[in-house]
Amino acid sequence: MSASDNVLVRVSGVDRVFHRGSEDIHVLQNLDMEVRSGEFLALMGPSGSGKSTLLNMIGGLDRPTKGTVTIGGDSINALSDRELAAWRSRHIGFVFQLYNLLPTLTAEKNVELPLLLTPLTKAERNRHVEAALTVVGLAHRTRHFPRQLSGGEQQRVGIARAIVADPTILLCDEPTGDLDRKAGDEILALLQALHREQGKTIIMVTHDPHASHRADRTLYLNKGQLTTEMSE
Amino acid sequence: MRKKLRALLTFLSILMAFVLYGYLCAIREAFSAGVSVAGADRIVVMHKMSLVMLLPVNYKPQIERIEGVDAVASSTWFGGMYQGEAKNFFPQIVVEPETYMKVYPEYLLSEKEKQAWLTTRTGAIVGRKTAKRFGFKVGDRVPIQATIWNKKGGGRTWEFDIVGIFDGKEKGTDTTGFLFRYDYFDEALEFGQGQVGWYVARVADPEKSEQTAKKIDALFANSPAEVKADTEKAFVQSWAKQIGDIGKIMVAILSAVFFTILLVAGNTMGQAVRERREELGVLKAIGFTNGGVLAIVLIESCLLSSLAGVLGLGLAWILIAQGDPTGGALAVFYFPSHDLALGFVFVLALGVAAGILPAIQAMRLNVADALRRM
Ligand SMILES: Nc1ncnc2c1ncn2[C@@H]1O[C@H](COP(=O)(O)OP(=O)(O)OP(=O)(O)O)[C@@H](O)[C@H]1O
Ligand SMILES: [Mg+2]
Repeated sequence: MSASDNVLVRVSGVDRVFHRGSEDIHVLQNLDMEVRSGEFLALMGPSGSGKSTLLNMIGGLDRPTKGTVTIGGDSINALSDRELAAWRSRHIGFVFQLYNLLPTLTAEKNVELPLLLTPLTKAERNRHVEAALTVVGLAHRTRHFPRQLSGGEQQRVGIARAIVADPTILLCDEPTGDLDRKAGDEILALLQALHREQGKTIIMVTHDPHASHRADRTLYLNKGQLTTEMSE
Repeated sequence: MRKKLRALLTFLSILMAFVLYGYLCAIREAFSAGVSVAGADRIVVMHKMSLVMLLPVNYKPQIERIEGVDAVASSTWFGGMYQGEAKNFFPQIVVEPETYMKVYPEYLLSEKEKQAWLTTRTGAIVGRKTAKRFGFKVGDRVPIQATIWNKKGGGRTWEFDIVGIFDGKEKGTDTTGFLFRYDYFDEALEFGQGQVGWYVARVADPEKSEQTAKKIDALFANSPAEVKADTEKAFVQSWAKQIGDIGKIMVAILSAVFFTILLVAGNTMGQAVRERREELGVLKAIGFTNGGVLAIVLIESCLLSSLAGVLGLGLAWILIAQGDPTGGALAVFYFPSHDLALGFVFVLALGVAAGILPAIQAMRLNVADALRRM
């Protein structure tokens, strides 16, 4: 079995150009990337280098100007907005730097959100929500609202929401960027556990070299290209 | 906190708008009530020159003889004052009980009361609304000061014994009237005996009422007192044309109110969407479709307007049921059910109209942009 059989994410020849006024900003240029199934990949690079842009591309939130993104053998460029939304709900779990929980919903309702798009019954949804909150160690705070939780706890709810529908890939954009070292470490340990124990494929953007050590592999994005070495 | 305050203020604005809507509908109905209940099978016969000129009593048998006429009732405007106060106004009409009941079947009286009226010369019946307003009960003796019709010897105070209180067959039936007997009236009069104010003829076939009206006109043509006969409907409608302007004014007020409310609610929804760009972005990232997000915003908008609107309509209903703001001068005062139903349509329409632009904005929201930190 060759290594490429195991490739889950394949980004090939991707350009992403933003237009700001008359100016073209070439954020990603002819970028290639492969992520194996079950891999924990860290993505680093200077601010503005296009890490979030690349993550959005993989997660089907944005479309490349040129090139293709293939996940599990399927090209997602060809999907309509509607199909892409359905595809995201099945395959992608997002974790955001600022947690992005809905402030008017309790922890368990936040976690339940992705399941509302599935045919699961209320009882089944409750079981999944409970399981996810248990995995992140928050089984005792299900009825709390986001503002009643610490940053670290909110991010745990964010992770529970990302994994509750059992997605193919977890995409984390600076998940510890807003947390102190201790809370950040706990979140990283949690991601690592999800990777090791449940075999989750994780792509994590981070500015923190300490965080990247938790990953199997680290890639650096600079001037629109990926390298395995930190430049400068 | 600011958001809650804004939502609350919007909620109250919508609520007030629908209370106002209820009142305006009730007032319009009060002015036009006669129009919808006006019988097509009744012909009003009055003096050709003017309503205040009287007609001879001997016209009655002549009208009765016309083919197609079932019954003829005479009426005379008494125009008295109760307790010497102009604000205590209610219509007093001199009638002949037997024929009057035949021509106006929508006034409901018990058999016992009917008999009492037929046998009591000084007997009067009064509509439920006026009875309630002044606390009149069967057995009461009510004095009324004449402003037109003096009694023999110059007396102005007429006394009547209330023998019955009538209800309306329909919601829109006028029950403010005070009706008493012509024989008692005519005998005691100082002047003007043998005359009545106008006649109302009931015809067998409403289809032919216009034809019959023409026959009545023709019958008294070239006599000293020529008449003008017309269906009650046409009669009431000519009056309604004048109050039609009131209806137009109300529609104008309501349009202005709803337009304002639409801006208020639309602004609230628009701000709610702008403030929740990230939340909506997250929903899309999770897999909610653009259409789904559109629906969420629309539903929220409709929920806001329904909660406030339905409460407003309910409040209007309750307040209007307490009586009209003039304390009883309006013949009928209620929230017509078709206007209430229309109110529910307006509630939903407001929700959709206020929410549609913000909802489209939410639908078009680009996820990556929404989630990008500034
Ligand atoms: N929608 C957009 N329109 C215009 N320019 C954009 C848009 N999205 C991103 N950019 C630009 O593309 C570049 C890369 O942005 P991106 O957010 O991917 O960077 P990043 O590596 O995630 O940075 P950070 O570490 O600060 O999060 C930036 O220069 C940004 O201004
Ligand atoms: Mg970024």
